[in-house]
Amino acid sequence: MATRRELLLAATGGCLIGRVWATDAGAAPEAEALASLPGKRPLIRRSFRPPNFETPLAELAAGFTSNDAFFVRYHLSVIPRIDPASWRLEVSGASAHRPLTLSLKDLQSGFEHAEVVAVNQCAGNRRGLFTPRVPGVQWGSGAMGNARWRGVRLREVLQRAGIASDALEVVFGGADAPVMPATPAFVKSLPVERALDENTLVAFEMNGRPLPHWNGAPARLVVPGWVGTYWTKHLTSIRIEPRAFDGFWMKTAYRVPTGAFPGVRFTSQETAETTPVTELMVNSLITSPVSGARLRRSAHAELAGKAWDAGAGIEGVEVSVDGGRSWRDATLQRDLGRFAWRDFRFVLDTSSAGRLDVAVRARSRNGAKQPDKLTPNPSGYHDNIVQTVSLEVA
Amino acid sequence: MKAALAHWRALAASALALGSAGGWLGAAEPQAPPQLQEETVQLKEAPGRELTAGRCNICHSLEYIPSNAPAMNRGVWQKEIQKMKDRFGAPITDEEAKQILDYLDGSYSGKS
Repeated sequence: MATRRELLLAATGGCLIGRVWATDAGAAPEAEALASLPGKRPLIRRSFRPPNFETPLAELAAGFTSNDAFFVRYHLSVIPRIDPASWRLEVSGASAHRPLTLSLKDLQSGFEHAEVVAVNQCAGNRRGLFTPRVPGVQWGSGAMGNARWRGVRLREVLQRAGIASDALEVVFGGADAPVMPATPAFVKSLPVERALDENTLVAFEMNGRPLPHWNGAPARLVVPGWVGTYWTKHLTSIRIEPRAFDGFWMKTAYRVPTGAFPGVRFTSQETAETTPVTELMVNSLITSPVSGARLRRSAHAELAGKAWDAGAGIEGVEVSVDGGRSWRDATLQRDLGRFAWRDFRFVLDTSSAGRLDVAVRARSRNGAKQPDKLTPNPSGYHDNIVQTVSLEVA
Repeated sequence: MKAALAHWRALAASALALGSAGGWLGAAEPQAPPQLQEETVQLKEAPGRELTAGRCNICHSLEYIPSNAPAMNRGVWQKEIQKMKDRFGAPITDEEAKQILDYLDGSYSGKS
């Protein structure tokens, strides 16, 4: 796949902004192997066990990503199917005054319900497009989706347990487990301020339906604006702690070089060298036409896609058809909320025959713009560089 | 490889027994479970293949190996094996680690 992309770039004389995407038919077969998990449509299979399945581009065109097409990402292979009636959520920790245990019914009937439309995106989305390549699940652009999440505010659950004044982090555990006992359990933490944010939910519904098994049933964390690694699935334990959590998945994994990226800092976990990946970067995705598509000369043709950021909201999306020399504004569609993605459209000029390279660049209301160059980092996170699709008018 | 698969199946069976409402797979779900489909993943034939497949397969399916090949060289494979052994508790002896490294580097470094 990389070779092919390099060839495409070479064919353009290397003058393009960003990267031409190899999303057309005929992409490397291992990159597009479709397979079904029980209850899911065929998705791009990155690994069977643990299950890592990516949403195909065509399924990302909808405003809300359908539950049975939503991407699946696990680190650990033992994933019990949980009986909602026997599921329990333990809320405790050294900074919790009144530890408590909640059933699903307690959660659903004991707290005010809250909803948020938010993008859930894996930190390593597009890792497979990194140049040079980096190890890890070789995701294309579909380790993401947008959904309406419904549940209760995490802060109300924490307040019920009583938050001591020395609380520093909140630590989350799920029911998925490793095969080998020595493998670190997938435990994540959040700064207490983010845990108390009104948008952080313990969610039990996705797009009006109970959470699918593969997306964290019966309840998961929803942390709008933050990368998917914090959205703990099959949530079973919450601990309010006065100290920085030192598990493998915080201290070693999911880290980037300190200062390399914008976004909120997770200071209790930061060292001089590395810091946890936190918020999403401003980004966009062209959903159609796909790279390599042929457009009929003088026929109406429209570019369509999505733009999103960490919650400042999308201010604009610009399109260039001349290799980045000039940019024109695309039309933004309905605003589904500041943590959601925003649809955009742009009418393409098909009056002259030949190659048409279309680049798209989103900018956030906080002033951030998609960059032209990748920021190297060993784990391949935060790929938000300007995307170019290469079309043919004939 | 067979032993590792049997080991995996035993684990899957115990996970199944844990779930009170039908376990891992609901009775009405028609697709083959992923742990059966994954047997279609075949590694390249070379000395060390059975050992590599058998050890890696305990915790994860094997397509991680070919899919990561474009990102790998001997040094990166060495680090990866070390991580699996030291951080993730993979039951691999030092002698086995060397054989696995030779196999992975020989068959899956920079190639797809």
